[in-house]
Amino acid sequence: MIAFLLAQTIAITGGTVYPVSGPKIENATVLIRDGRIAAVGTNVAVPAGATRIDASGKWITPGLIDGAGQMGLREISAVQNTNESALRGDEVAAAFNVAEGINPASMLIPVNRVEGITTTLAVPNGDLIWGQAVLIDLDGTTIEAMVATRSPVAMVADLSEGSKSAGGGSRAGVAQRLRRVFNDALEFSRRGASYQRAQNEQLAASAADLEALLPVLRGQIPLLAVANRRSDIETALRIAREYKLRLILAGAAEGWEIADKIAAAGVPVVVQPMDNIPSFDALGVRYENAALLAKAGVKVSLMETQTENSRNLRQQAGNAVAYGMTWDQALRAVTLAPAEAFGVGGQYGSLDVGKVANVVVWTGDPFEFSTGVEHVFIRGKEISLRSRQTELLDRYRTLPPKY
Amino acid sequence: MRQVSAALLLVALTVGCASARAGQAGAAQSSPAPAQTAAKGAAGDSTSVDRPQYPSTYKRHPNPPVVIRNATIMTATGQEIQGGSIVFRDGRIVSVGTNVDAPADAVVVDGTGKWVTPGVIDTHSHIGVYAAPGTFAESDGNEATNPVTAEVWAEHSVWPQDPQIPLAIAGGVTTIQALPGSANLIGGRSAILKLIPARSVQEMKFPGAHYGLKMACGENPKRVYQNRGPSTRMGNMAGYRAAFIQAEQYRRRWDKWNADHQGDPPQRDLKLESLAEVLRGNIFVQNHCYRADEMMQMLDLAHEFGFKIRSFHHAVEAYKIADVLAREGVAVSIWADWWGFKEEAMDGIYENAALNQQAGGRPVIHSDDASGIQRLNQEAAKAMYHGRRAGIQVTRDQALRWFTANPAWVLGLDSIIGTLEPGKMADIVVWSGDPLTVYARAMQVYNDGWLVYDRNDPAHQPKMDFTIGREP
Repeated sequence: MIAFLLAQTIAITGGTVYPVSGPKIENATVLIRDGRIAAVGTNVAVPAGATRIDASGKWITPGLIDGAGQMGLREISAVQNTNESALRGDEVAAAFNVAEGINPASMLIPVNRVEGITTTLAVPNGDLIWGQAVLIDLDGTTIEAMVATRSPVAMVADLSEGSKSAGGGSRAGVAQRLRRVFNDALEFSRRGASYQRAQNEQLAASAADLEALLPVLRGQIPLLAVANRRSDIETALRIAREYKLRLILAGAAEGWEIADKIAAAGVPVVVQPMDNIPSFDALGVRYENAALLAKAGVKVSLMETQTENSRNLRQQAGNAVAYGMTWDQALRAVTLAPAEAFGVGGQYGSLDVGKVANVVVWTGDPFEFSTGVEHVFIRGKEISLRSRQTELLDRYRTLPPKY
Repeated sequence: MRQVSAALLLVALTVGCASARAGQAGAAQSSPAPAQTAAKGAAGDSTSVDRPQYPSTYKRHPNPPVVIRNATIMTATGQEIQGGSIVFRDGRIVSVGTNVDAPADAVVVDGTGKWVTPGVIDTHSHIGVYAAPGTFAESDGNEATNPVTAEVWAEHSVWPQDPQIPLAIAGGVTTIQALPGSANLIGGRSAILKLIPARSVQEMKFPGAHYGLKMACGENPKRVYQNRGPSTRMGNMAGYRAAFIQAEQYRRRWDKWNADHQGDPPQRDLKLESLAEVLRGNIFVQNHCYRADEMMQMLDLAHEFGFKIRSFHHAVEAYKIADVLAREGVAVSIWADWWGFKEEAMDGIYENAALNQQAGGRPVIHSDDASGIQRLNQEAAKAMYHGRRAGIQVTRDQALRWFTANPAWVLGLDSIIGTLEPGKMADIVVWSGDPLTVYARAMQVYNDGWLVYDRNDPAHQPKMDFTIGREP
C-alpha cells in the first residue's frame, strides 16, 4: 500500500506536459488530488480551493526513476558503518530484504530529489544472490512511507565476473550453483515439511533462502540479473528459459551485440549509458549500447550507480540521446520503462489519471545542464528544494561564513 | 577513477584518487618555454643532475595547414566569435576571427553549426598508470610501499597502449597530467603528456613541461599506512615535514658543490632530488586535499619550507576558503559534483567552482577518472549553470577556461596551450554543438595541428593494440 499523508489539490497550469504514455501536450494542466494524478490535459477544470502553480514556459514530466542504487542503504561508501546493503557471509541471500536497512533520514535523499529524482531502486549487494530489492519514493519519515507499492520488486542475482568466487572461480560454476539453488528451492517447496525435519540431504541454501526464491520461480517476482559479457547475458537468458523466470538484465554492457535476441526474449534491461571503459567483464562496452538496444525493440531503463549522485541519471539520459537514443526513448527509460520493468507500471512512471503524483516542473529539457528544477511533488506533496548542500552554500556564499 | 561497475549498484571502492590515488608529480624544468624550443631542453634538468633524464622525444606530426570556417569559436580569452574561422599550420594557430586569410594549400573544414574550442586539458588523470582493463597487471599508480616515494616517476608506469587514451581523445582531451595515486604522503612525479597515439611515453611527454609532485592529505595515506604510520592527520603532517627537512639539507649540499666543485659531488638521492626541485620552484606541487582545514595546514607547510602549491586537487571544500586560495594564488582542481563517497568528501557542493571564480581564484574542472575525462565540458557546464542558478555570475568564457586555460596554468603551460590565439599550439576541438550542453560531441580533435580524431572518419579514430582484433 502506498501511504499518502496529505490530502491536497494542486493544479499545475500552463506548462508543456510530457506524460510519457502519450505525446507532449502544450499549455496543459496537471491536476493532483490526494496524492494521485486526477487529470491531465488542456481542458481541465481547476477546482476552487486548489493550489495553483503557474508553469507557463516550463516542462512537466513524471518524477525520474533510477533503476539502481542503494539510496538509504549507504550513507558514505567508504565508511563501512554506514553501509546496510550487504548480508555478509551469505552467498545465497535470497531472504535478505533490504527495506529495514533503509534510513529515511539519509542526507542523500534530499540532495537527489531536489534534482528531480523522485523514486529509486534500493538494491542489496552481495555474492551470488544478493537479496531482495525494493523501490522507494524519496520522501517519507518512515520506511513504510517510502516503499513504493509492494516489496520486494525484484530478486537480485549476479552472473557477472563479480560473483565468480561464489561459483568456485568459474562462470560455469556460478551458473551450475544457481541451478542447484533453484532446483533445491523447487524441491523444498514440494517437500518442505520433511526438509524441516532434516530428513533429507543438505540443500543448497537455508530454508528461508529457498523459500524466498519461490515467488521468483513462480514468476511472481522478476529476477534482476547482473550480466555484462555477452555470454553471461546468454546464460541469464538460458536459465530464465529453463525455469520460466521473469528476467530483467542489469548492466548488459555487451547487450548491443545480441540486442535482437534480448528483444525476442522480451527481457527488459537496465543500463548505464556513460559506461565505456573496457574490462575483461565487458570488452565490448560502448556508449551506443542504450540506443542500439532500444532500436532493436528492447525495453530499456537507465541507471546511475553512484548512489550519492543518482541525480546524474539526467546526464546519463542526455548522453544516451547524444549517442543515438531518441529523446522520447530516453525519457521513457527514466520513467515508465523502469516502472513497468519492476511491476509498478500501473502506478508509476507516467502522468496518467490515477497514478501516484510524482511530478517535476523543470525550466526546460530535464537532461540539459541549463535546466533547473522548479517544483518537485512526491505522492502529491510539494517537496522543499532544500538539502544539506543548499545549506552549505548559504553558509559559505559570502566569507567569512555565517555560523 | 570509478570502475565500470559490472554490477549495478556498486560504487567501486577502489576508486581512483577519490579513494586511493591522486597525485601529482612534476617534470623538472625552469620555466614554461615555447613548445618547439623547449623540446631540446626536455625534462629533468635538476641542479643535481649532470645528464639527460628520460627526455621527451615528442615530435610534431606533419600535417597540412587547416582552416575551419564559419564556426562559433570560443577562444577562452573572452571571445565567442559567431561565423568565425581559425587557421593553423605547422602546429601553430595563425589567425582567428571573422575575416581570415587561409593559405591556398589549406584543408578546408566546414564549421557551419559547429563550435570550436581549445583542446581540453585535464590536470588530474591516471590514464596510463591505471590502465584498462583494470586488472592488477595494469595497477601501476600507487607505489604504496612507503609513505614518501618522491623518487618514483609516473612516466615510468604509463602504458601508452592504454585503451582509455583514445576514449579521452574522443572527448576532446589533448593534454593530461598523469599522476601517481594518493596512497602516499608524497606519491612521486607526474607526467605531462600530449594525448596522442605513441609507442613510448617519451613520445608523449610535453616538451619543456614542469614535472608535478603528487602530495596527498587526509584519509588515504593514514588508512594505507595505519599499521606502520602515519595513522593520523598529525602523522601525515610530520611525514611531509621530515621529508622537506631532509630535502633542505640535500639542496644546500648540492648548491654548495655546484658553487665550489670541491671534492666529490654529494651522493645523489632520487627522492630528495625531486623534493629539492620543489624547493627550487622547478617542480610544481599538485596536492590532493579535500578539506578546507587541511588545505590551510598545507599552505602553512608550504610557507614553512618556502615552496608554492600550484593546485589543490579534489578540494571539495575549497569554497569555504576561496578568499584565502585566491590570495595565495593556488588553483583548485575540482569536480563539478562528486561528493559523499568518503567522509572527507561529504561537503562537496555544485557551486564550488563558481564560488572560487567569484572570489578571484582559479578553478579547474578535473576528472581523476577515465570516464569523467571524456566529458569535462559537460562537468564544467554543470558547475557553471548551478553557479548561475545560485545567483553567482559565471560567464561561458570562464566556464570554458575551467577545462582549458586554467589547467594550462596549473601545468605551467599557459603560454603555449589553453586558448585559441595566434602563436599558440594548435590543440583544437570541433564540437557538434555548444560544448556547454549535454548533447555536444567532439567531432574533430587536433593535437599540435594533427587530426588525431575525426568522428566521421574511421581513418582518424586511433585504436590501441589492446583493442584491435576483438570486434564481436
